[in-house]
Amino acid sequence: MKLHEYQSKQLFAKYGIPIPKGRVAATATEARQIAEELGGRVVVKSQVLVGGRGKAGGIRLAKSAKEAEEVATQILGMEIKGLPVRKVLVDQAANIDKEIYLGITNDRAARRPVFMASAAGGVEIEEVARTNPEKIIKVHIDPLLGLRDYQARDIAIGIDLPKEYWKLFVDICRGLWRVYVECDATLAEINPLVIVKEKTLLALDGKMLLDDNALFRHPDLAEMRDVDEEASAETEARKYGLSFIKLDGNIGCMVNGAGLAMTTMDIIKLFGGEPANFLDIGGGAGADKVAAALRIILSDKNVKTIMFNVFGGITRCDEVAKGILAALKEVKLTIPMVVRLVGTNAEEGLRLLADAHMITAETLADAAKKSVAAAKA
Amino acid sequence: MSILVDKNTRLLVQGITGNEGLFHTQQMLEYGTKVVAGTRPGKGGEWVLDGKVPVFDSCKAAVEATGANASIIFVAAAFAPDAIFEAADAGIPFIVCITEGVAVQDMMRVREYLDQKQVRLLGPNCPGLLTPGEAKVGIIPGNIAIPGDIGVVSRSGTLTYEVLYALKLVGMGATTCVGIGGDPINGTNFLDCLSMFEDDPRTEKVVMIGEIGGTDEEKAAQFIASKMTKPVVSFIAGQTAPPGKRMGHAGAIIEGGSGTAAEKVKALEAAGVKVAKHPEEIPSLLK
Repeated sequence: MKLHEYQSKQLFAKYGIPIPKGRVAATATEARQIAEELGGRVVVKSQVLVGGRGKAGGIRLAKSAKEAEEVATQILGMEIKGLPVRKVLVDQAANIDKEIYLGITNDRAARRPVFMASAAGGVEIEEVARTNPEKIIKVHIDPLLGLRDYQARDIAIGIDLPKEYWKLFVDICRGLWRVYVECDATLAEINPLVIVKEKTLLALDGKMLLDDNALFRHPDLAEMRDVDEEASAETEARKYGLSFIKLDGNIGCMVNGAGLAMTTMDIIKLFGGEPANFLDIGGGAGADKVAAALRIILSDKNVKTIMFNVFGGITRCDEVAKGILAALKEVKLTIPMVVRLVGTNAEEGLRLLADAHMITAETLADAAKKSVAAAKA
Repeated sequence: MSILVDKNTRLLVQGITGNEGLFHTQQMLEYGTKVVAGTRPGKGGEWVLDGKVPVFDSCKAAVEATGANASIIFVAAAFAPDAIFEAADAGIPFIVCITEGVAVQDMMRVREYLDQKQVRLLGPNCPGLLTPGEAKVGIIPGNIAIPGDIGVVSRSGTLTYEVLYALKLVGMGATTCVGIGGDPINGTNFLDCLSMFEDDPRTEKVVMIGEIGGTDEEKAAQFIASKMTKPVVSFIAGQTAPPGKRMGHAGAIIEGGSGTAAEKVKALEAAGVKVAKHPEEIPSLLK
């Protein structure tokens, strides 16, 4: 789950990381009021869950409250990478001397959290990693011990941070470590962390990604999810415990198991078709789940055919077939459906579906070919 | 021969009284696995499945009474890390965690602790493993595989069943089939399994089923090129997966442009591995 910049920075502040004064606004009038309170000179920042906001013109300086209102009007009317801007963050403008990058993420290969820092802040860390990998300092943290102060000092030394900022920098690292651990983040990033003319450090921008698997112990954080920023089908799918991702093709896929669902997409492509989605219905596949999955797939008007691919292991194919039949009473199907049932009780399952006007297939390749043909018909 | 489990495995089922735990214990017993004990705090002293398996309050008590030497976990994600720690502290050397949805920071702590104790974990978010004809520790349907000389290792569940079934249809069988699971941080990885299959005298060939995300397939390719004498056939799922999206499995995600199927296929082919275009091609590539 992604958090907005303003949400991330609010969490940072709770853990003692200094952030600029500012508030979030949904209208230009509000933006002006906030700018007035902050003394006029502000930065108006679009709050959308994509990178590259600055380049798209979604982050702009305003020298007065009146200008803040004008800028906010423009930004609130924008779309950035297809996402409409619904909120702006109005922050007091900082007098920046130097920009630093500081972040923690999970290093999958090392199986440990890793602090990353760079004296070249303000640009995307992936960009620095490509162009100047030697400029990134990496310090792995023992997940059982946590961050030790000397490690934070090592990072400060590694990025040539002037001595007078070390103490504050160590405090910020501690805060970032705590927010990462206590919120079950998979990324907690300050970019940039700036040295300002007033000789202190400030987290100007923040980004956090949270582990969906850990949200059960953070109901407060789970509520911060911005469902406006998701494809509505993905929100709907989550409600039914389905794993769904929309793609651009015209063959809807309904599959049990994530690996098999990916493979189904791949084989459709291999035989000249385009998958419309990834969908894992998981185990069981009762009528309610199948019906919800059908509704979600059919809500995409591009879909010309559906490929239903189930390998019955623990899940029995006759049960799945009954699920499909029950779902079809609820959801009217006007496009062809190719069904492949293999494994436990497959014959019984296919027999149940014999009268339901479906295209059946035995092998994966056969099912894919038939789906591609049906979508082109 | 086989890897990790065989007919001498004495299995403990953690969370044996839940629906999943009971159902799969029954299935494992029917397959011939020696399930010697179960745990469920508060239900110690009871017996389940018509008196076939005794239930204990703790792993420690179960191990003392039954000499269990492997454990399988069917408890909910919130409690799974604790169940793993408990099994490790009870001296069980091999733990299989079926549970899906374990928090990744929990897994980093678990893995660190287990490495220090030299305990092997399989999973989480995995279907377990099957040594056809000898033992089934997990949820892989027993009837889809026959004994043979092919080692199978995979990050997926149903996709693995597809492959086992396709092999069975042409009379090919497996020494052991290991599902390592779809999480980004797990216990046993491809490299561990390839190394065990290389050392297993019965295994003649290996099938490795990977998917997008991480670099484990690339590391496996290096190992295959430098250390393996047995032929490996592979399939990588997720050719059409868009970047930045988790494809069902927590670990199946292309991040920062890395972890793509194309990269993995390239690394494997460079290591001399035959990579199937789709799973039904695997049996012919093994011939």
